[in-house]
Amino acid sequence: MAKTLLDKIWAAHVVKSIPGGGLDVFYIDRHLIHEVTSPQAFDEIEHRGLPLFRKEQIVATADHNVPTKNQHLPIEEPLSRFQVDKLTENCAKHNIELYGLGHENQGIVHVMGPELGLTQPGMTIVCGDSHTSTHGAFGAIAFGIGTSQVAQVMASQTLLLSKPKSMRITVEGEVKNGVTAKDIILYVISKLGTGGATGYFVEYAGSAFRALSMEGRMTVCNMSIEMGARGGMIAPDQTTFEYLKGRPFAPQGERWEQAVDYWSTLYTDEDATFDKEFFFDAQDIAPMITFGTNPGMGMAINEVIPTDVPASEVASYNKSLNYMGFQPGESLLGKEIQYVFIGSCTNSRIEDLRQVAKFVQGKRKAPHVEAIIVPGSKHVEKQAIEEGIDKVLAEAGFELREPGCSACLAMNEDKIPAGAYCVSTSNRNFEGRQGPGSRTLLASPLVAAITAVEGKIVDITQYLNESSGSRLGMTKQYEEAEQLL
Amino acid sequence: MEKFEVLQSTAVPLPIENIDTDQIIPARFLKATSREGFGENLFRDWRFDNAGQPKADFVMNTGRYSGQILVAGKNFGCGSSREHAAWAIYDAGFKVVISSFFADIFKGNALNNGLLPLQVSDEVLARLLGQIEEDPQTTLVVDLVKQELQVPAWEEKIPFEIDAYKKECLINGYDDIDYLVNQKDAIEQYEKSRPWAY
Ligand code: SF4
Repeated sequence: MAKTLLDKIWAAHVVKSIPGGGLDVFYIDRHLIHEVTSPQAFDEIEHRGLPLFRKEQIVATADHNVPTKNQHLPIEEPLSRFQVDKLTENCAKHNIELYGLGHENQGIVHVMGPELGLTQPGMTIVCGDSHTSTHGAFGAIAFGIGTSQVAQVMASQTLLLSKPKSMRITVEGEVKNGVTAKDIILYVISKLGTGGATGYFVEYAGSAFRALSMEGRMTVCNMSIEMGARGGMIAPDQTTFEYLKGRPFAPQGERWEQAVDYWSTLYTDEDATFDKEFFFDAQDIAPMITFGTNPGMGMAINEVIPTDVPASEVASYNKSLNYMGFQPGESLLGKEIQYVFIGSCTNSRIEDLRQVAKFVQGKRKAPHVEAIIVPGSKHVEKQAIEEGIDKVLAEAGFELREPGCSACLAMNEDKIPAGAYCVSTSNRNFEGRQGPGSRTLLASPLVAAITAVEGKIVDITQYLNESSGSRLGMTKQYEEAEQLL
Repeated sequence: MEKFEVLQSTAVPLPIENIDTDQIIPARFLKATSREGFGENLFRDWRFDNAGQPKADFVMNTGRYSGQILVAGKNFGCGSSREHAAWAIYDAGFKVVISSFFADIFKGNALNNGLLPLQVSDEVLARLLGQIEEDPQTTLVVDLVKQELQVPAWEEKIPFEIDAYKKECLINGYDDIDYLVNQKDAIEQYEKSRPWAY
């Protein structure tokens, strides 16, 4: 029978099915942990006297709570320090590989895993973090779990799961100038809504996704959770293999050949069917921005805030716009912005930083804007310095910080003040997400960079036409930027 | 985990859609390394002002409503996977959340902590919210064994779905970890037989 990519990987990981119900004992290949959602899981297994079942399949990093300045010094904030120390202590006690503060591999868990080659096609990957969906970009089943499940994986390397329904989202065609991976996914979420894919596992297909680099694919899969999906995935191909080859944890030599042979079987068969399908035309997608307090409230940057809202949603919609200080029917063009945050597991990879640097080279940020760039990992930071990106950014008045989640969720000191607007490359614009009272507008790194320079929201499509003939979208063609820098 | 069979209680209405886990428990309160005490900061930024004073108009502060059942708008628990959200709700004294739609991870987390996510239709939810707002003393009966929600003054009982295994777990106070640890032999067998191992 014809199978989907999800079917193939799922079936390969079922230890056994429980009779009479829809639940499988499902095997997990890789388990990533971080300081916020692991301490109670360690407590749990210790309390029950259970050993770690496969500790060599666990990798830890410190990211959510870490400062982005002076990482060589002890963390000032006592609670954050305690949590990070607790992780170090737990990893030492249980002999788990830890890329903690100061380690050359440290970074946001969803940036660190892929760049080290820990994330591979056909794998099952979990982490106590909803954006684990990021790793699906490699053709893996990757999803976020709660702390009780973290303990379950620690104790058994399995989870009890029912197989999610399948959804395919196809985007065909070439995107317009200035449209990046982030715009594609913001567009899709604006069409499906925040609950539109709840209960489903999404496969992204079509030439628009094929054309993306691995960084772009990760941006797309990362935000799957923002429409409720359990995860998102893209079938592995040459782009995937090229990215992985030679990475520290990727198979080597003969094992590499075997791996590629196997990975090449991981695609959706032609006649396979999905529980739900959506089709979009890449040409319909414009640079996007969000105007509300969930990621589904997005629109093309030069559109006006929609007024056609279903009656049942009006109250929530108005509450959201009220929080943001916007009116239905209003355009965002010309709105003054105080903060620009470029970072998070959605857009903090080297390609994102290159794109920003390419745009801001020779320009300066507007004086009233605070522009923070937080690389996703130590490796990204190092590469940015090697490529001279740090200098370009510094000259433009952008501050390049040290890696971590930072203002994406404001657990450390990087917070947006109440009432201030922040154009952010992260994935969530929830009330207070970037600090109590903060107002977040989600966008691509390109839109964020342009906003920082202009000091306000501008119609970037017009901007691109006027100011440059070169392509700024983050498709594979974008690699020309490397030569430029 | 505490056992759950039947609960009789008044309810607290929160008719807001897409309540995300950042609203349920903001990230800055996730620094604790134990499971207790999150209830204090449940709905923190809706419940308290910047000075930490209760906001008079928030539903938990008006004094009008109380009980162990939270009745909330559609797509409850979306966003981050933080189990702290389920802990906070439970810690604040709730045993059941009723909504017309739950985000997946939240649902799983709730069930793993003895908190019942009870899904009803949009119409039932709207009627229920109306009824509670009109009469805050309305006492609901959640019968997990029969999989029924009973609302006084309503003739019909509202059936609800729950996975049979999860129901067993809640009724007996078991969780998945007990079950999985007992599967060790099957898991080791699987590890040996896999077509492709990482
Ligand atoms: S960067 Fe933001 S979304 Fe990503 S893991 Fe960190 S907190 Fe979560």
